[in-house]
Amino acid sequence: MDSFLTSRIVTDILNGLTNGAIYGLVALSLVLVWRATRVLNFAQGAMPMFATYLGMGLLSYHWPYWVCVGVCLVAAFAIGGVTERVLVRPLYGKPEINPIVVMVGYLIILEAFAAAIWSTTPRSLPAPFSPIDWRLAGQPVGLSPFSLFEVVTALVVMGAIVTLFRFTRLGLQLRASALAPEVSRLLGVRVGRMLTLGWMLSTAVGAVTAILVASNFFTGLTPQLMDGIFAFGFIAAAVGGLDSPVGAVTSGIALGVILQFVGDYLNSNAIILVALVILIVSLMVRPSGLLTRSAARRV
Amino acid sequence: MITVEGLTVTFGAVHALRDVSLRAETGKITAVLGANGAGKTTLLRTISGLVAPQSGTVSLDDRLLTRQKPEEIARLGVGHVPEGRGVIAEFTVEENLRLGAIVAKVPLADGLAQQYEAFPVLGQRRKQHAAKLSGGERQMLAMARALIARPSVLLLDEPSLGLAPLVTAQLMSIVAELCASRDLTVVLVEQNASSALRIAHHAVVLNVGRVVADAPAPQVAADERLRQYYLGMVE
Repeated sequence: MDSFLTSRIVTDILNGLTNGAIYGLVALSLVLVWRATRVLNFAQGAMPMFATYLGMGLLSYHWPYWVCVGVCLVAAFAIGGVTERVLVRPLYGKPEINPIVVMVGYLIILEAFAAAIWSTTPRSLPAPFSPIDWRLAGQPVGLSPFSLFEVVTALVVMGAIVTLFRFTRLGLQLRASALAPEVSRLLGVRVGRMLTLGWMLSTAVGAVTAILVASNFFTGLTPQLMDGIFAFGFIAAAVGGLDSPVGAVTSGIALGVILQFVGDYLNSNAIILVALVILIVSLMVRPSGLLTRSAARRV
Repeated sequence: MITVEGLTVTFGAVHALRDVSLRAETGKITAVLGANGAGKTTLLRTISGLVAPQSGTVSLDDRLLTRQKPEEIARLGVGHVPEGRGVIAEFTVEENLRLGAIVAKVPLADGLAQQYEAFPVLGQRRKQHAAKLSGGERQMLAMARALIARPSVLLLDEPSLGLAPLVTAQLMSIVAELCASRDLTVVLVEQNASSALRIAHHAVVLNVGRVVADAPAPQVAADERLRQYYLGMVE
């Protein structure tokens, strides 16, 4: 049993789940914004990155770790809300290419500003839990207290989002605003606020992700922190369906595990290639995503 | 009571409404009749704030509604059942009703119980997606969803559209009953003039954005010229 738990396969699965949880979170934040406002947010990684710098920068002033995390979340809410009001609101009802161009521009600006303010040198963040793998009979298991924390955090965030959307009055209004804005307004739903809230929530989910990613010893916090992760999260969202939170999370986790095996058994250079093949094949087979129920959309 | 005064609405060069004035009394059904493109739907959309008028005002009792947002007008007690019903197909029957109850002041459970009593078929199908409902059931759901918020004004846009005559008659009698029992102000937009005139107290006839008649319903129903030229009621 011990040798099985420390075997190559189990180690790959556990590492894959940890990575997949992160992809799932990025995918979830993309879905939140897409469902609310039909904008594909290419700055979905950069906005939380900025919030993480703002909050975690306070560590240098000896603020306690968890207080800094709180500040990150508050900063993320603020950045998400202000972005929707100022940058995104004028784009509603415009051709679909407009928000894409604006959000790519925004991504570049945010990363440039972050580099100008905080430099591109990686900053190491203290991990809240030990990143050293547990051991069984002297062999590492592929799971550390920190990676367990990553997975649990991801599950808690996803659970909270699903609960909010399915079971609360607020969630009902958020969904209605996305599906039928005009009807919602006629029923007294303050749709504008709901859209802003969608962006705030999404950026906060992003901030949780960014903190987890930046706490990795080998990555540290950099302005480009989320670029690679965003690509995988984006693929997960596209494969799972941009309209389906559950689909996005599931395919994020699956993608993490698959890519871990590809990297371990095939070649780590093949990871991106395989990810793109998965994206292309799934778009050809099920363009609306594996888990979406809605009918085909105009492209 | 809804008071509309000198309302003019333009879309580009097209005048949808020209200097329209009318009054919908509390506890009465006011029918707004006319052919396609007469401006009936635009009138309702302007009352509920979805369309901004060029000039003119809309008031609810003494309160000015013009230039308020639709969501705020809804919160003041104006329920609007849009053309095509606006039922959210992806939601279950109960979710649609819960959404309608967002602005309600009564507890949700009471509101739901009341609507299920008034529309038993909705109670039977509460867990089903609205997409599965028939046209008549959707219309009932749309009405129940507006009523659960306990509005003082109900704006109905073509409730009979696409429904069988028997279902239409049933709906109209529900509207008449509600209006009387809850002291509702009802503005009923209809292309189907005869079924609307059967329950309406007052009728306003629009033609290309202008009011061409504004009189008690029986009087409009008896007017041969109106029947022939504007209401398409040819024997």
